[in-house]
Amino acid sequence: MKYRKRNRGWFSLVALLLAGCLFSLPSVAQPQGGPPADARKELMQTLPGTTSDYWRNVQGGVTGTTSSRSPGAETLIMVQGEQWRNWRNHWVSPGGLIALGGSAAGILLFWLLVGPVKLEHPRTGRKIERWTRMDRTIHWYVASLFIILGFTGLMLLYAKWFLQPILPGGVWAAFMTAAKNIHNYLGPLFALGLLAMILKWIRHNAFNRVDLKWFAKGGGIVGKGHPQAGYLNGGEKVWFWIVTFVGLTVVISGLIADFPNFGQSRETMQITLLVHGIGALILMAASFGHIYIGTAGTEGAFEGMKTGYVDESWAKQHHDLWYHAVKDQAIDEAELEARKAGNSQTAANPTQAS
Amino acid sequence: MARMKFLCDSERCIDCNGCVTACKNANETEWGIQRRRVVTLDDGEIGKEVSISVACMHCSDAPCMAVCPTNCFYPTEDGLILHNKDTCIGCGYCLYACPFGAPQFPKQGAFGARGKMDKCTFCAGGPEADPALEAQKYGANRLKDGKLPLCAEMCSTKALLAGDAQEVSDIFRERVVYRGHRNGAWGATQQEPGLSELARQAAELATDAARS
Repeated sequence: MKYRKRNRGWFSLVALLLAGCLFSLPSVAQPQGGPPADARKELMQTLPGTTSDYWRNVQGGVTGTTSSRSPGAETLIMVQGEQWRNWRNHWVSPGGLIALGGSAAGILLFWLLVGPVKLEHPRTGRKIERWTRMDRTIHWYVASLFIILGFTGLMLLYAKWFLQPILPGGVWAAFMTAAKNIHNYLGPLFALGLLAMILKWIRHNAFNRVDLKWFAKGGGIVGKGHPQAGYLNGGEKVWFWIVTFVGLTVVISGLIADFPNFGQSRETMQITLLVHGIGALILMAASFGHIYIGTAGTEGAFEGMKTGYVDESWAKQHHDLWYHAVKDQAIDEAELEARKAGNSQTAANPTQAS
Repeated sequence: MARMKFLCDSERCIDCNGCVTACKNANETEWGIQRRRVVTLDDGEIGKEVSISVACMHCSDAPCMAVCPTNCFYPTEDGLILHNKDTCIGCGYCLYACPFGAPQFPKQGAFGARGKMDKCTFCAGGPEADPALEAQKYGANRLKDGKLPLCAEMCSTKALLAGDAQEVSDIFRERVVYRGHRNGAWGATQQEPGLSELARQAAELATDAARS
């Protein structure tokens, strides 16, 4: 609109330019047998008085009036579309592959060269509760949705390059429709889980002096001996804040993209989708590290999120400050079994329990 | 082989919306779907008002095709960009990439989810063997019968031209030559060196834009 006010007089020529250049140029620009220089000359003759100013107006996205009610219909040419296409196809798409591939390769290399962190002392058999049933429920709820959303999202970005050529047309269509619908419907459920997780764990995640020393020793990679750590170590806190900030960014942009019925402009959607894609790819690349450390990378870590209990030796080695605070709560296998049996009994017979 | 293009002569377009109506009638598009629209700049300002009829321009390097996650677009031998509604998932990416606002979406699903994309086919139908189904999903296939798009055929001032790009631009060029001789604008670029330099730059930009 601002261009209209500034350069009202130009618009008949802008329109002429649009008509001439944009619509008929492919033929003018590539005449049979003529070199490109002639094409330009021809164009100048076809459009007398064409100047850079007109182009700037078109690039500025001149708007007019129209009877069409579709969003953005009053804009004659939306130039941002081409920028979005470049960003998406030439930066986000290959960048994501590099990030995911680089992360996976780096972890594989680390695993091969350094190997997993073993328990330094044999298990004592005494267990300490680390993650409550609520913690684990939230974690696995978010984790499984994360994997499903990550997979379907990657399909929307990359599947046309490798799956479409090998799938029959009907199967391909059904697959992509399913991917889009699953992604769009599970997204808001992921948002709820993420929010619950952030609220549940935020109180453990303030950085302190212990974390600084933990970082200085690279979490135990640099120098001798395992650095001190409380309930959560510096690395876990970093992952929490990545999940919080990048996760919320992905969730908010996802919700904007998921509900196009609020009249979002095309330009808004372009930015939203770029932010969503970049954020999600960063999260996925980082999640590889989290998954590795929580499973193959650290002996005795996975059982914490699986059963809720970790071995004393593990707690002492990885979270010594926390261990010293809660070591009197350690229970042996028999007690653990009894506690679990009690739990399942109450769960199985709620009427008896009440 | 022909390369089909639309061209709208803004000097002739009178904003009658005949093309819009013709399109809607030929293709029986559903409620809310308008494959063609007329944009009027400086509406109501005497001497400045111009109108242009816009629909899918069947780009040589189509942005919609480049961003589609399901690859539902395909170029035809005539240089048209058509799409397969069976493969379309209604994500809207083509609308975000298209400079002309051509892709249209019926609002069918819950929570504002889009239906399958609909756009101008240059009255060339779509990938459906059964003519009845083709008409229902994609609209008219006039090209098959040797006819041009109805919007251009019905344009009362022949502002909207459709057909082989070479022929269409020849007609347009002829018009510009005629107008140029009458109003004296012809050759102005050669007489003013400063303007000519600007014109050369603009032409360069335009040529690149048309090629990309």
